[in-house]
Amino acid sequence: MAYSKSFATFAASKIEHVIMAVLINNNSKIIVQGFTGKEGTFHAGQMIEYGTNVVGGVTPGKGGQTHLDKPVFNSVAEAVSKAGADTSVIFVPPKFAPDAIMEAADAGIKVIICITEGIAVQDMVKVKAYLEQFPDLRLIGPNCPGVISPGMAKCGIMPGFIHRQGKIGIVSRSGTLTYEAVDQVTKAGMGQSTCIGIGGDPIIGTTTKDAVELLMNDPDTEGIVMIGEIGGSMEADAAKWIKENGTKPVVGFIAGQTAPKGRTMGHAGAIIGGAEDTAEAKMKIMAECGIHVVSSPATIGATMAKALGK
Amino acid sequence: MNLHEYQGKEMLASYGVAIQKGIIATNLEEAVAAYEKVKEDSGSGVVVVKAQIHAGGRGKGGGVKLAKNIDELKEHAGNILGMMLKTPQTPGGLEGEGKLVRKILIAEDSYVPTFESCKEFYVSIMMDRAKKCNVIIYSTEGGMNIEEVAEKTPHLVHKEWIHPHLGLQPFQARKVAFNLGLSGKAFKEMSKFITKLYAAFVGSDASLFEINPAMLSGNDDMIAVDCKVSLDDNALFRHPELAAMRDTDEEDPVEVEAKSHGLNYVNLDGNVGCMVNGAGLAMATMDIIKLSGGEPANFLDVGGTADAERVEKAFRIILRDPEVKAILINIFGGIVRCDRVAQGVVDAYKNIGNIPVPIIVRLQGTNADIAKKLIDESGLEVRSAILLQEAADIVAEVLA
Repeated sequence: MAYSKSFATFAASKIEHVIMAVLINNNSKIIVQGFTGKEGTFHAGQMIEYGTNVVGGVTPGKGGQTHLDKPVFNSVAEAVSKAGADTSVIFVPPKFAPDAIMEAADAGIKVIICITEGIAVQDMVKVKAYLEQFPDLRLIGPNCPGVISPGMAKCGIMPGFIHRQGKIGIVSRSGTLTYEAVDQVTKAGMGQSTCIGIGGDPIIGTTTKDAVELLMNDPDTEGIVMIGEIGGSMEADAAKWIKENGTKPVVGFIAGQTAPKGRTMGHAGAIIGGAEDTAEAKMKIMAECGIHVVSSPATIGATMAKALGK
Repeated sequence: MNLHEYQGKEMLASYGVAIQKGIIATNLEEAVAAYEKVKEDSGSGVVVVKAQIHAGGRGKGGGVKLAKNIDELKEHAGNILGMMLKTPQTPGGLEGEGKLVRKILIAEDSYVPTFESCKEFYVSIMMDRAKKCNVIIYSTEGGMNIEEVAEKTPHLVHKEWIHPHLGLQPFQARKVAFNLGLSGKAFKEMSKFITKLYAAFVGSDASLFEINPAMLSGNDDMIAVDCKVSLDDNALFRHPELAAMRDTDEEDPVEVEAKSHGLNYVNLDGNVGCMVNGAGLAMATMDIIKLSGGEPANFLDVGGTADAERVEKAFRIILRDPEVKAILINIFGGIVRCDRVAQGVVDAYKNIGNIPVPIIVRLQGTNADIAKKLIDESGLEVRSAILLQEAADIVAEVLA
């Protein structure tokens, strides 16, 4: 099986559906941490409306109640034992989100998607090190729009209606820019297998390379859109991996070609420190590694269609 | 958030890091009083007058001067206070207009017993994104531009990575001192200095410490002579005392105002203003402005709740910049409904009155069609687009 280790469990379960997607699908048992809060309530409602298999939520102290017609649990461990939860979407405020991530990991959740923006860097450094003891676990985010496998499950804050089930995988550090790419792919007559918003923070659970690797190994993905931005070395790392291991066309865009040095551009991780952080340097290495690099964000969909001969 | 040198030193001292002592002054009278006090405490009439602005390289622009007596103190304090200090790091660099000096630090001369007997080192601490942990960077080449040192003599720049859970271990502090060629008392003092400095870094949730120079005196005492401290804004909830040190005088006033309205704004030098929801799309919009033949005048993320009020505030902020020749609004509606943003644009237009530059509105996503109709039927001179490419083409057209 070409899936990463953590999804061998999914693959082995009784799925008769032909398309299985990566990270989440219609067999995922999803809970929402921060379920009864304002953000959690709104987005969990949207997820359920989309048809996502939300089996409940967690709000410490509110266990036993029912919210959005789903059970509320006091802890993630309770949600795992009583509802068989395997995936969690976190809408907990930044102060408490690091704890929520570690609680989910400790309870045995395999896919943790943390939407929360504004977590302190030193907290994430510690969380990241804590998660090393769970090799089968995958953290997406924080500071991300989440993950969607169109037609199956929506775990996050993205607008469901712009997506179409299809064969293009999308990896991005941004929210609305991902929607832009999704929309272009949809309008170009293609759909999406899984869209992974990896997040805009300096320390995130799943890197560009990790996400690209998942999609490269997904039999239902034919092409990959990789959207990066200034700051860090994730896109260069992914590009080098693609050069060695790529089997599908990859279209790449780097936001921030006009960003000044030394200024944080909205996302905590989007800052040019050294020469390698610039969009120019990243686009150069991506092109050298065989990625179809576009300089205009308006041509992502068309470039993918062309790369696939459509 | 950045601290001034004197604030950074205050914080370091609270963690037991030895610092070059000094007193802050905002006018000549305070400077004289500060001088007398520093003289009394240090037993030396020699002080350093240091301009306090948020930029490095202050000595290069004449912002740091040695005063050997009260007359020299008055002369330098008088010159530095109120000056527009230009450094390689102030906007526009040495050719720019510089930054107004509102405060000076009257600091003791730490180079004892003689300047020649002292040694300067470089020490910084930051988070290494690739290794996902903190790193201490240090060098024997103190007082120099570390980027140049790293380029020309990379073997003189050392790095020590710190385990996220275990923190700095004693052997690591010793390794730093050893690699800096120290022995005896100096070795012990450096180990202690590094240990306390790291405790301060973690304790204050800093994103950057740069101690340049970290000075070993002729008496083998370690002292932070200068410091650059940046703190993690997302961790300030744990540090109200540090958050209170924010000096908005050092920030762009328009950016400060934008922030108070929940807008994330960065002022740039171009001619096309933009208003976007989401940071990634905002950067991408800046890029498309450039590809259309313009230059972005700003970065502006209106956030996830782009309502009429915010749109109007954003408009007013962009219009303050006289260089702006056109404004591109690019909203991808998800949770944000495009028709609400469109209504915001129409209302803002009416409230502001005459907007002298062409406006291009691109609304896509939730209720985009209703929004386009709203704009098109408003009778305002606003060009609307649905596809990003269409918006780019209109920008190119109005700039031509």
